[in-house]
Amino acid sequence: MMTLEEFEGLGAREREDQSGKKGRIRVCQAAGCASCGSDKVLAALKEKLQAAGLEQDYEAKGVGCMGLCSEAPLVTVEPGEVLVGKVTPEDAEELVRNLQQGTPPTKRLPEMPFFTRQRKIALEHCGVVDPERIQDYLARGGYSGLYKALTEMTPLEVVQEITASGLRGRGGGGYPTGLKWGTVHKAAGDVKYVICNADEGDPGAFMDRSVLESDPHRILEGMAIAGYAVGARTGYIYVRAEYPLAIKILRTAIRQAERQKILGTGIFGSSHSFQIELRIGAGAFVCGEETALIASIEGNRGQPRNRPPYPAVSGLFGCPTLINNVETFANVPAIMREGAEWFASVGTEKSKGTKVFALAGSINNTGLVEVPMGTTLRELILEIGGGCPGGKSVKAVQTGGPSGGCIPAEKLDTPVDYESLTALGSMMGSGGMIVMDETTSMIEVARFFVDFCRSESCGKCVPCRVGTQQMYTVLDRICEGQGTSEDLELLERLCDTVRNTSLCGLGKSAPNPIMSTMRYFREEYTERIRKPESVGTR
Amino acid sequence: MLTQAKRPAPPTDDKRWRIVDATMRRQSYRPAALIETLHTAQEVFGFLDDDTLRYVAGSLSLPLGKVFGVATFYHHFQLKPKGAHSCVVCLGTACYMKNATGIVKMIGEEAGIAPGETTPDGKLSLMVARCIGACSLAPGVVADGEVLPRPTLDDVRALVKRWLSE
Ligand SMILES: Cc1cc2nc3c(=O)[nH]c(=O)nc-3n(C[C@H](O)[C@H](O)[C@H](O)COP(=O)(O)O)c2cc1C
Ligand code: FES
Repeated sequence: MMTLEEFEGLGAREREDQSGKKGRIRVCQAAGCASCGSDKVLAALKEKLQAAGLEQDYEAKGVGCMGLCSEAPLVTVEPGEVLVGKVTPEDAEELVRNLQQGTPPTKRLPEMPFFTRQRKIALEHCGVVDPERIQDYLARGGYSGLYKALTEMTPLEVVQEITASGLRGRGGGGYPTGLKWGTVHKAAGDVKYVICNADEGDPGAFMDRSVLESDPHRILEGMAIAGYAVGARTGYIYVRAEYPLAIKILRTAIRQAERQKILGTGIFGSSHSFQIELRIGAGAFVCGEETALIASIEGNRGQPRNRPPYPAVSGLFGCPTLINNVETFANVPAIMREGAEWFASVGTEKSKGTKVFALAGSINNTGLVEVPMGTTLRELILEIGGGCPGGKSVKAVQTGGPSGGCIPAEKLDTPVDYESLTALGSMMGSGGMIVMDETTSMIEVARFFVDFCRSESCGKCVPCRVGTQQMYTVLDRICEGQGTSEDLELLERLCDTVRNTSLCGLGKSAPNPIMSTMRYFREEYTERIRKPESVGTR
Repeated sequence: MLTQAKRPAPPTDDKRWRIVDATMRRQSYRPAALIETLHTAQEVFGFLDDDTLRYVAGSLSLPLGKVFGVATFYHHFQLKPKGAHSCVVCLGTACYMKNATGIVKMIGEEAGIAPGETTPDGKLSLMVARCIGACSLAPGVVADGEVLPRPTLDDVRALVKRWLSE
């Protein structure tokens, strides 16, 4: 087994190299900035540094997401952590001068709540480390959580640590992570599996993508710790085909970790083994549901099945299987490193830690934010997000994707935690938050989501397959100004049936967008029924 | 090796079948290799034709119906050849709010195709997606594999017109 000294030596060289530099410019290379030409910015910076003969003292490096995607492409100048937005290759010359002379860049972004109000745990390395170099992760204490688990703790102690942290699943349901790990740990069987759910199907959610593209080793470390805790030697990451960059970065990360003997057989020279394989999704929303995802890894149509048995008891190939979301795994290394008590000191009584949200829709600062659980929607949307563009007012916020609901502006003082959002008829979901302004028609938003669910229904159970179609037909009739007041009642009854009789979460939650808009914006429904000429006015 | 003898020969002597074979071999020709194999085949040939599905079914000892069922279940798998250019429009929530449906409609009018279709001259395929994770750049449009940053309706129209006149 590798000694502590040897382990710490893995990142030492990189630490030295980095502290030897007087300054650096980090350029985001994640998908959002990349499509705004950030690769050309990075190339231009490297060229200018070289032309000025400054490579010894300064460097330009590619990193992951810095969060404020609406200002893409973004760069950060060190020292001083100065963020600069909408950078073009033509700005490279000035930036290099700024770096050398310590002067502020013209396009620097002001200090704003978007940055000051965040608390980063899962995203701590995003926009800081180079996702394509394991050394950078190691230099920042990466994989020390795994090293600690393997050298100082028994598997049961790891499970207890996660339980004590109060971490709950970030994939939507909020199931206590420690409890799930404990079940798989106790389950009988020689062969067990760990799965990372990186299917991120909720439209409007891109947290998992950013973490995978910006700090992939964090997920590998979280999974390896889980593997040790539950007694699994194989892990799968199920990532959607829509994320080609994340797939490429994960492939590189796995290869590097294997070469360093951090993954594979004999981790750190111990007798423990853990290997990770990628499985690429093929564009079916329902495959985010755990039993459907397992069916898909097995090479079948991604159709959910009844639970119990839960995957923790009988999952992949019939073996006990731990399945967690990307962000759940992203929290694990920090908990192992800093301790359960530290993690539990952040957040609210029942929802510990932080949550990453993707802000999109009618909002000024689109991008990714990580805030302590319990932060109010108002802080998130108006302060951090900067409100709606053009001085429009917020009408509603949609959370939880097609399974969630629309929360009206009057409820903006609600703290963000699992229980509070569910009480409002929405849900935490994976963290997509879409802001709607006064010009949005809520009834059309509801129709949009029902349309989504009816086309994504896998067709296995009747209530979901037929019910979502019927819900769509009735809602469409109302939307087009041809509805009657009986239609409202019919729609309510349909919602009730689909919710109570569907097989999996897709059907069970498909009525949520209708029910929540009927609850908070009923006048929009009655208006379309009473005054069909109002169609298209909003 | 008895099982090896039963495996079918590739439909053509195209060398690219070796890439498909490699994927199946890596997973020891287990049935669970099906989706990975279809991914590889689509990457290599651009779409999955009947011969491909039959070959994969034979190689993995799966009924053809099962392979067909899987290939049609997942939106990602294409059973028809794609056009010279491809345009994917995201119809996720963030993009819906930025008039992505208007873009689909516009392409429909310019090119005379609905989502999932290719123009008869094979110049353009139109597809729709459910969130490509580029919500901050909404509306999300992927043109020949590249995500366009916050395109306007007219940007996309100009692009489509250019493609169609090539
Ligand atoms: C229709 C449907 C779609 C889902 N999509 C996702 C998804 O994209 N990502 C995810 O992590 N969990 C998704 N889930 C939740 C998973 O079934 C599962 O609860 C989760 O992966 C468990 O991980 P966690 O405990 O870490 O949250 C979905 C559930 C349903 C019913
Ligand atoms: S909703 Fe279109 S990219 Fe997310």
